Amino acid sequence: MAAEVGIERLSVRYGPVTAVDDVTLTIGAGEFFSFLGPSGCGKTTLLRSISGFVEPTEGRLAIGGKDMRGIGPNRRPTALIFQSLALFPLMTVAENIAYGLRVRGVAREARRRRAERLLQTVALEGYGDKPIDQLSGGQRQRVAIARALAVEPEVLLLDEPLSALDLKLRQHMRNELREIQRRVGITFIYITHDQGEALTVSDRIGVMSRGRLEQVGAGRELYDAPETAFVASFVGEANMLAGTVRERHGEEAVLDSALGPLRARNPRGLLAGSRAVLFIRPEFLLPCAEGEPANRIGVRVAGLAYEGSATHVSWVTPAGEKLLSLLGPRDAAPPAPGGAAMLGFAAQDALLLPPQELAA
Amino acid sequence: MTASDGHIYLLLAVAALLGLLLLWRLARRLRRGPPRRPGFFRRTGWPLGLFLVVMVGTWLIVMVVLPQLFMIDLSFRPRLPLAQMGGPRDIYTLQNYRYLLFGSTVSTESWNAVHLRALGLTIVSAMLITLFNLVLCYPLAYYMGQVAGPRGLRLLLLLLIAPYWLNDILRAFAFRILFAESGLLNAMLLGAGLLDRPIDFIGQNIALYACLTYAYMLLMLFPLYNALEAFEHSQAEAARDLGAPWWHIHLFVVVPAVKGGIASGCTLVFMLATGALAAPLVLSGTSVLWFTPIVYDRFYQVFNWPQGAAYAFALLAICIILVIALLRRLRLSLTDVVR
Repeated sequence: MAAEVGIERLSVRYGPVTAVDDVTLTIGAGEFFSFLGPSGCGKTTLLRSISGFVEPTEGRLAIGGKDMRGIGPNRRPTALIFQSLALFPLMTVAENIAYGLRVRGVAREARRRRAERLLQTVALEGYGDKPIDQLSGGQRQRVAIARALAVEPEVLLLDEPLSALDLKLRQHMRNELREIQRRVGITFIYITHDQGEALTVSDRIGVMSRGRLEQVGAGRELYDAPETAFVASFVGEANMLAGTVRERHGEEAVLDSALGPLRARNPRGLLAGSRAVLFIRPEFLLPCAEGEPANRIGVRVAGLAYEGSATHVSWVTPAGEKLLSLLGPRDAAPPAPGGAAMLGFAAQDALLLPPQELAA
Repeated sequence: MTASDGHIYLLLAVAALLGLLLLWRLARRLRRGPPRRPGFFRRTGWPLGLFLVVMVGTWLIVMVVLPQLFMIDLSFRPRLPLAQMGGPRDIYTLQNYRYLLFGSTVSTESWNAVHLRALGLTIVSAMLITLFNLVLCYPLAYYMGQVAGPRGLRLLLLLLIAPYWLNDILRAFAFRILFAESGLLNAMLLGAGLLDRPIDFIGQNIALYACLTYAYMLLMLFPLYNALEAFEHSQAEAARDLGAPWWHIHLFVVVPAVKGGIASGCTLVFMLATGALAAPLVLSGTSVLWFTPIVYDRFYQVFNWPQGAAYAFALLAICIILVIALLRRLRLSLTDVVR
């Protein structure tokens, strides 16, 4: 059974340090939700306060509508998969998986059967009697998932569980995680600093920075309509051009930048005279003919990287700023490095956001 | 060449063989580990390697193995005046062991109740002291290894180590003062109105147990701390997250992971407690209880060195057998304990 997780004005402070700062959010029952953010953004602290290892300084946390204040991690309907996995090295695979059942006084035979079923769920049939140190990284991963699922949690919490795996295995395991989540149907709360991972597995993502929840939405929303400069720079690649808003035109505004006036969408309604940063994704910044789009920038080619399906082009403006383009196979081929070109982008593809701390 | 010279050469040969056998077994056991490191001589270079082997070997054989072998040899010989040693009456005999068991060098009619009881009581008491020490040190070591911050840990270590600057005898007398009938503890208990009459802590051997427990506490604490410090805390958290109450976590997750440290600490405390001399001399009650003063008396009161050697060796043999039995029970090898 899946449970909804309600987080209301939750803060965690350690002395003067605020690890989680006033987070409010509802994670739906059966949802695959990810917290995405750089290390130190408070996502692990938030996860640990959901699992019960950290008591929030302020705010309310409810799982399945039940207030969790004062309820220890051993009595919450959650199971946590640790970053280090924390498997018990002296127990076999089956003993590891059945540990939570043993605690609950389930009979040996029933434990054995349940462990076998779970080994099937994570595609590790026949591994029950193996010691942990004979398993590969990916297999250990699966054992940790099976061990957590064994106690039939309503919410499964995952703390960067794939970070120890190599790239290929990580990509494979994230699809598998998604698959397991669909099969068991419980709420998954996943923590990662890898935006690719978050975008591929999650129903919704919460982007965190410095303890605050910056934006919550589906991956596409975060990518297409970031609400803050942090989200725009952390999720996906973006070119950034700083300047001052000159004038507003309804939904759009004109920015005075080092490259001249540039027109872009203005979703936050920035007033004329305020500082702003213009974000334009590399795939929308394309070489153009004279007089086509609203915004044009004269540049030189700094470098090319051909990758088959796409070409990464880095440009340099007369002011020395670096810009990136991602050209598809049908786009006009860029000139050789050193050659001059005119780049353009449409106003509706660019965003103006107030400047703030950007992602590194 | 006299007979005794012949014995010495025989002993040397046996000792050398035993040493080689032990080294070979140890080398084989160490080689079994998964990460293969370059051989000892490859790492040190052969001049240094040879020097180290010769020095350590000489030390071990001359300072440790040979004296022990002489003592074992002595324990199987009769007590003779110096002039007759190596003579025709210097033969191998079990009479010293017979005396320990039956209280006579010749008859086997009645048991040597006093000495055997002391031996038994010593071993049982040492076991209890070991167990008590384990119960006392485990929470402390867990706190030090898993909970304490670096500052708290430093302070705690200082507080634990500083009292051991006192020597054995002084500590034993301090405990005497603390536990005496008119001592500090009795005075406090009487003053608080908890007692009507003072308790005879020394006569009941409570003072002795307390002193021995305290004397060997660090030998239990450090192996435990060492093992607990290496224990991955998230395993305990994982167990808790899976619903385990605290005692279940310790019993089935933490203790199995640190059983090498537990065995190591227990072995040290048990071996040293059975061999303690100063504290029993100062603190034991009116009835003879501890075995070591009896052994001491064989040497320096009765001047019967062969008998003393037999007594000491009997104690050592029993202790070794018990320790090996414990390790078997815990499914540990000697190398696990040393780690």
